[in-house]
Amino acid sequence: MELRVLPARITSTTVTFPSRHLLPFAALVLVLTSVGILLAQAPGTKIPAAIEAAAVPTDLPTKYRPGPPTPRVRTNEKDVQGNGVTASCVTCHSTAKPNPQTRSAADLQQFHQGLKIQHGRLSCLSCHNDRDYNTLRLADGAPVAFPDVMTLCAQCHGQKWRDYTHGAHGGMNGFWDQTRGERLRNNCVNCHDAHVPAQPQVLPVLPPRDRISVMPKSSPEH
Amino acid sequence: MSTETIDSPPPTTAGVTRRNVIKGLGATLGLAAYAKAIAPLTEWKESTTVDEFLQQHYKELSAVDLQIVLSRLEREAKKEYGVDVHITDIKAQPGVKFGYALNLSVCNGCRKCAEACHIENNHDRGSNNSYIRVFEMSRGSMDMEKGNANYEHPVKQPDKFYLPVQCQQCEHPPCVDVCPVEATWKEPDGIVVVDYNWCIGCRYCEAACPYHARRFNWEKPQIAAHEINPEQSYLSNRIRPQGVMEKCTFCLHRTRAGRLPACLEACPTGARVFGNLLDPKSEIRWVLENKRIFILKEDLGLKPQFFYFFDV
Repeated sequence: MELRVLPARITSTTVTFPSRHLLPFAALVLVLTSVGILLAQAPGTKIPAAIEAAAVPTDLPTKYRPGPPTPRVRTNEKDVQGNGVTASCVTCHSTAKPNPQTRSAADLQQFHQGLKIQHGRLSCLSCHNDRDYNTLRLADGAPVAFPDVMTLCAQCHGQKWRDYTHGAHGGMNGFWDQTRGERLRNNCVNCHDAHVPAQPQVLPVLPPRDRISVMPKSSPEH
Repeated sequence: MSTETIDSPPPTTAGVTRRNVIKGLGATLGLAAYAKAIAPLTEWKESTTVDEFLQQHYKELSAVDLQIVLSRLEREAKKEYGVDVHITDIKAQPGVKFGYALNLSVCNGCRKCAEACHIENNHDRGSNNSYIRVFEMSRGSMDMEKGNANYEHPVKQPDKFYLPVQCQQCEHPPCVDVCPVEATWKEPDGIVVVDYNWCIGCRYCEAACPYHARRFNWEKPQIAAHEINPEQSYLSNRIRPQGVMEKCTFCLHRTRAGRLPACLEACPTGARVFGNLLDPKSEIRWVLENKRIFILKEDLGLKPQFFYFFDV
């Protein structure tokens, strides 16, 4: 039934009001022609910068929390205000001869006592630069500044570095959509202690108090 | 004998028959039960305005009506909690579908994510409510039903791993299917939301969710005025009324504005990865394409937008 009615209706419409169907085409042709004329008249016309920028959004930067500044070592001395005096690494190390045999603070008779090192089988001079104690050293001996410590870590932790560069490792704050805001990413040593990089145990916060999480102690496991 | 007993006149004539006494007793008991039964209604009526009662479903609100509703909710928050809050209605962006991934190799079970959720989403302080429940799991099992969410010892325990579970934003959400009043639905960007003012609190969705991800407001949320997060949105973190369901919305008031969810920012281990599943350059896509992915209760076929992964 429907099939027979439908063509009949279309035919009658086409026959009765042909102009109604032609009108949009005519309008389109007119508009296209006028646009063509306009473009031909002004070949140098540029798309406004604002529109161009909106069409191709640019990412805002990812910022990185810097590593710690060049460290200073606490001494037992106090200044006149009673504040502890700190010393630069080179204060002592410029005169003391580096000993590559030293593997941990326990090997030392004085200084750095109690410093715990649990980082694979690394020794002090694996990372600290015995030519300039105010810097660190890469495996090839090249110095690297303390704030750029990630370059040093990445030498051994290649898989973590790969994950980090793809946003799959390491905490962050800010925007997932970087066309709308910046992102601030953690540095390796913001979360890991370089000397003891494994995460320490912590006490969990916010114990649940709802009736589903908190099962009665006697409930059998199924 | 029996005919004689029936035909015999009643023992008293003053209208105090056994039948009348039972009738009176029945009527009194009935009235008392009725009064008791409607008592919660009279209490509840005080907190429900006519405007609120007549409010339309979120999807049927016109732009003008919505503004009226939002300003009414802001007024109510001021009156009940003494805080100037800002409630917006932020819509899903085209071309965005949210995905979340969590690294089970690094999560240490500290529950900082649950705490961040608690603060960000204006949860009831007394119940420590949060949309995230962290299960302590024994090695060798991926069955969340065997996990323990109620641990108090230092973490991470060497023989355990930790499985934070929140709404998985299923592609086929059973919680939406069972809602008898369509108060919950899946948004174009994949977030399953609740119209708290349309929800009747039947808790069918809570029963339907295999991830135990929905929460019920047994009581009116109690939050100190200075602890209330004033940046709120209608479908997410505005303070919920008593007797309605609520759930994780991937912090849509933040994420629809381009920001990262609160639980991700709070994570001290960097276990969480969030982004747009439709953007091939996004971090979440890199994780899905390069990591070993585990989907919780994958056999249910609900197609979550939440993924767990392991470091290789």
